[in-house]
Amino acid sequence: MLGFLVRRVAVLIPTFIGVSLVAFIFIRLLPGDPIYVMSGERTLPPERYQELIHQYGFDQPIWKQYVVYVEQLAHGDLGTSINTKRPVLSEFMALFPATVELSLAAMLIAIVLGIPAGVIAAVKRGSILDHGLMSTALVGYSMPIFWWALLLIIVFAGWLGIAPVSGRIGLTYFFKPVTGFMLIDSLISGQKGAFQSAVSHLILPSIVLGTIPLAIIARQTRSAMLEVLNEDYVRTARAKGLPPSRVIGIHALRNALIPVVTTIGLQTGYLLTGAILTETIFSWPGIGKWMIDSISRRDYPAVQGGLVLIALVVMAVNLAVDLVYGLVNPRIRHVG
Amino acid sequence: MAEIPLRDPAGTEVHARPGRLADFWSHYAENRGAVIGLAVFVLLVFLAVFADFVAPYAPDAQFRDAFLQPPSWAEGGSARFLLGTDAVGRDMLSRLIHGARYSLSIGVVVVALGLLLGVVLGLVAGYFRGWIDTVIMRVMDIILAFPSLLLALVMVAILGPGLENAVIALALTLQPHFVRLVRGSVLAERGKEYVVSARVAGAGPIRLMFRTILPNCMAPLIVQATLSFSNAILDAAALGFLGMGAQPPRPEWGTMLAESREFVLRAWWVVTFPGLAILVTVLAINLIGDGLRDALDPKLRRS
Repeated sequence: MLGFLVRRVAVLIPTFIGVSLVAFIFIRLLPGDPIYVMSGERTLPPERYQELIHQYGFDQPIWKQYVVYVEQLAHGDLGTSINTKRPVLSEFMALFPATVELSLAAMLIAIVLGIPAGVIAAVKRGSILDHGLMSTALVGYSMPIFWWALLLIIVFAGWLGIAPVSGRIGLTYFFKPVTGFMLIDSLISGQKGAFQSAVSHLILPSIVLGTIPLAIIARQTRSAMLEVLNEDYVRTARAKGLPPSRVIGIHALRNALIPVVTTIGLQTGYLLTGAILTETIFSWPGIGKWMIDSISRRDYPAVQGGLVLIALVVMAVNLAVDLVYGLVNPRIRHVG
Repeated sequence: MAEIPLRDPAGTEVHARPGRLADFWSHYAENRGAVIGLAVFVLLVFLAVFADFVAPYAPDAQFRDAFLQPPSWAEGGSARFLLGTDAVGRDMLSRLIHGARYSLSIGVVVVALGLLLGVVLGLVAGYFRGWIDTVIMRVMDIILAFPSLLLALVMVAILGPGLENAVIALALTLQPHFVRLVRGSVLAERGKEYVVSARVAGAGPIRLMFRTILPNCMAPLIVQATLSFSNAILDAAALGFLGMGAQPPRPEWGTMLAESREFVLRAWWVVTFPGLAILVTVLAINLIGDGLRDALDPKLRRS
């Protein structure tokens, strides 16, 4: 297992170097003069311009700039955001919990609804219920989620007026973030109604973000279950006279879940993509919205640092999925 | 059913073996959803091609007497504008029909570019192995480490917002999937006897890669291309929605949605129909993809 881990991490190192290089090059390709954006001034006297060029190291050869950048990366220094004048890393860390909270809520909805839906569809294979569930799943899978979000806003905020549509908590509540997770922080704060407010703000965005994973998990669970239900050990369990709930719940589902767990892990990349759209629509202050804002504000260091950090998150989660999969399925370990 | 004549004991040789196409169709048609998807898709292609003749008005024609008019069946609507008008008095239906052109052609071009790049790189990586394989696959790993939409967004920011640049960016983020797929198939095929015998017969690498090996990797590739087609349409619409894809006043569905956002609570039809158009298109293509997978690839077949 250790050898497996080492091999997997070793593969990631060149990828990460590549990622940092891509982010570095991208930022230098962005149109517009970074000096003007960074100084925040429309016109600069030539001497001042030269001074800033020197200060930011733009007068160095490009490879030297990259070396300096990598050195700073190695020290955890991702530069300073032009917009907030704060270090990009701490900016990212402050917003990251909001995205994690949203993603976890979305994933929770997807798993809690998706796995039972898939199991039911598989057990009742060919029935109207199966067709209904799988058709719904296919619609969910094909959903343009930014439109789905607008529809939910029309219905739940417009017509019914029961759900808030922006931010993480009502404006009347104010407390210092402790964990960065609004659900926990609002509980700790002890303010009356704060937790309810946080939950109601979380519901619509997490439904939107969870829709596609939900559809994928339901489809995957169904096909994994169908495969397992034909296995000999399931037939044996049935023949032994075990109640169907036990056969399906213990013998079949446990084994069917192995590929489903992988699917769940691999949705992380999607969740970050989906978060860009969901957070933008619901003004959710997470890293998705932050990236969009940074791109449109031409906040070069923020975009560069954000790209590197997001890629790092995706790589870390994929690694974790690999490891979990290696743990549950020993055959994988030796192929490497 | 095309197979029935086969079982005829008389066995007239004439149509005893259904052609490959007929065989494929008999498998494909087993999936009712796939047939419906195909029918909807054909209709959409028809609308896109003949948009100028089908649409009641030009997509950018403004009617100053009808701003935000509701659809014909709703209160305040009229038969003049079946699906109502938008905030500057343009006919929704006409814009949607013309929008089909954008979405479908974006999908086609993105997939074609992605396929071209992906197939060549995948064949080269899988056929030659060694350092060139390592380099290609590491580059693909790097691309896949970024969420696709984010990568496309940054690329569009570099190239400048617009339809053409969105297409390039989406094709680049899409092709690693083709590369991986083709490479995997090539690795599985290259040691097989038919490849070895073709090589012994003197076939060069280009011929071996494209004429001998590639046709045998087609089934999963076609399925992946179909699913990528619907993804490309979704992502292009998302870019349009974020203001980085097609630019107004082009009637691209995602861009139309972006323009409609401020009317979310006032005029539901401006929001509902463009999204519905995206959903129906993507759904039709995904249904086709499911059907193709069932028909083409027994290994991937859903039980």
